[in-house]
Amino acid sequence: MTAAAGRRAGPLLGGDTRVVTLGLELFAHTCAAVGVPVVHVDWSPPAGGDPRLAELLSRVTDETPCP
Amino acid sequence: MNIGEANREALRRIQTGTAILVGMATARDVVPGLRERTVLHAGPPVAWDRMCGPMRGAVIGASLFEGWAATPTEAVTLAESGALAFDSCHHHRAVGPMAGIITPSMAVWVVRNETSGGEAYATINMGLGKVLRMGAYDASVLERLAWMNCELAPIVDAALRRAGGVDVKSMIAEALGMGDEGHNRNKGATSLLIRALAPHVAGARTGDVERALAFMGHADSFFLNVAMAACKAVLDGAHGIPGSTVVTAMARNGTEFGIRVSGTGERWFTAGAPKVRGLYFPGYGPDDANPDIGDSAITETAGLGGFALAAAPAIVHFVGGTPQLALDTTLDMYEITLGEHETYRIPALDFRGTPVGIDVRKVVETGIAPVIDTGIAHREAGVGQIGAGLTTAPMECFIQALEALASPAGPAP
Repeated sequence: MTAAAGRRAGPLLGGDTRVVTLGLELFAHTCAAVGVPVVHVDWSPPAGGDPRLAELLSRVTDETPCP
Repeated sequence: MNIGEANREALRRIQTGTAILVGMATARDVVPGLRERTVLHAGPPVAWDRMCGPMRGAVIGASLFEGWAATPTEAVTLAESGALAFDSCHHHRAVGPMAGIITPSMAVWVVRNETSGGEAYATINMGLGKVLRMGAYDASVLERLAWMNCELAPIVDAALRRAGGVDVKSMIAEALGMGDEGHNRNKGATSLLIRALAPHVAGARTGDVERALAFMGHADSFFLNVAMAACKAVLDGAHGIPGSTVVTAMARNGTEFGIRVSGTGERWFTAGAPKVRGLYFPGYGPDDANPDIGDSAITETAGLGGFALAAAPAIVHFVGGTPQLALDTTLDMYEITLGEHETYRIPALDFRGTPVGIDVRKVVETGIAPVIDTGIAHREAGVGQIGAGLTTAPMECFIQALEALASPAGPAP
């Protein structure tokens, strides 16, 4: 981290660190292992990240008019 | 109307649909479109040449019962000749466990949805051991079939009419508090049904009352067929809403698994029937098992079975796993459903309603497939049930349904 970046991040990292992780649990486990409070959010991209299925899902939202 | 509104309407119909067991009747008299020499079977449509062993055995047994054939060999010849018409139970407002065979002379439960005005039908559960639904057709099976349909059915029908019918939804709701999940465990509901009918069976003063009551209490699965017809009656009331992505049927013929969706008409979305992971009776193992079979996944579709597994911790002794697995399974199903059942509630979850209203979109989006809590049939006709366990609906069915729903031209009928 550059000195300038460190000054900008100062207020963020100066106090107690609180972490929220999304998706993969590895980072949450690492934080917990070193005593950093962490909230993990179980998340994965829609349809396992399959772009074709995600596109299909985008066509049938709750707001989509019925045929 | 948009898709969100269509789905809210589907869910409303599932919540408000009633299921009143009003009597028993001969299938040819009540099942719509059931013509002579027609054989209804479980799951999506399947021809004789693709039927699995248990289903072929059940067709043979039904042909002998109907008098269409004098020997098993004649029955096979008849089926191969094309003289029998095969069709899915679901196309005739009916459901059947395992092979699910229904022919015109069989007695069926009649369950009425007074909200939609529709009815649904299911045969009498034969109990355990050698049974038609597992493909058995020896002399003991044929004798029991004849007695059930000719002697037991009139007794039960008279009792039901004397009782003024039975509210099946209320009975299932009470049974969830007794450790049932409504598919693979019906110990509580079977007991409740006998308790409700016994005075009327005695009071109707017709037939062999002792044998009738003993038969009804012989197997905990006696109630299963009633529950299935109730679920079918309710879900048919939610079928046919344009745009709705709610699943209204999941069913297996032992070869394929199929689903139907409210907004896609009569179309089936199918994939190969999966294996069931579970516990086997002594002497049997996975190599003996037929792929998943039966219309009984209609219970899961209605918020019971695997979806209500948290209500039935004792079932894990039968299907494998732990009570925690039962809880986790139900909790997972909330991720793929649109609501919580207003009638079916789970004590272990502070009486939270069971997850209900499977949404095709949620299944594909989350990658979580519906869990089915079911029996395992031997792959050869007539051996019977060899275990029980859990399986999941194939994701391919839901992807196909999503493709149809998202089609620019709209879902084909």
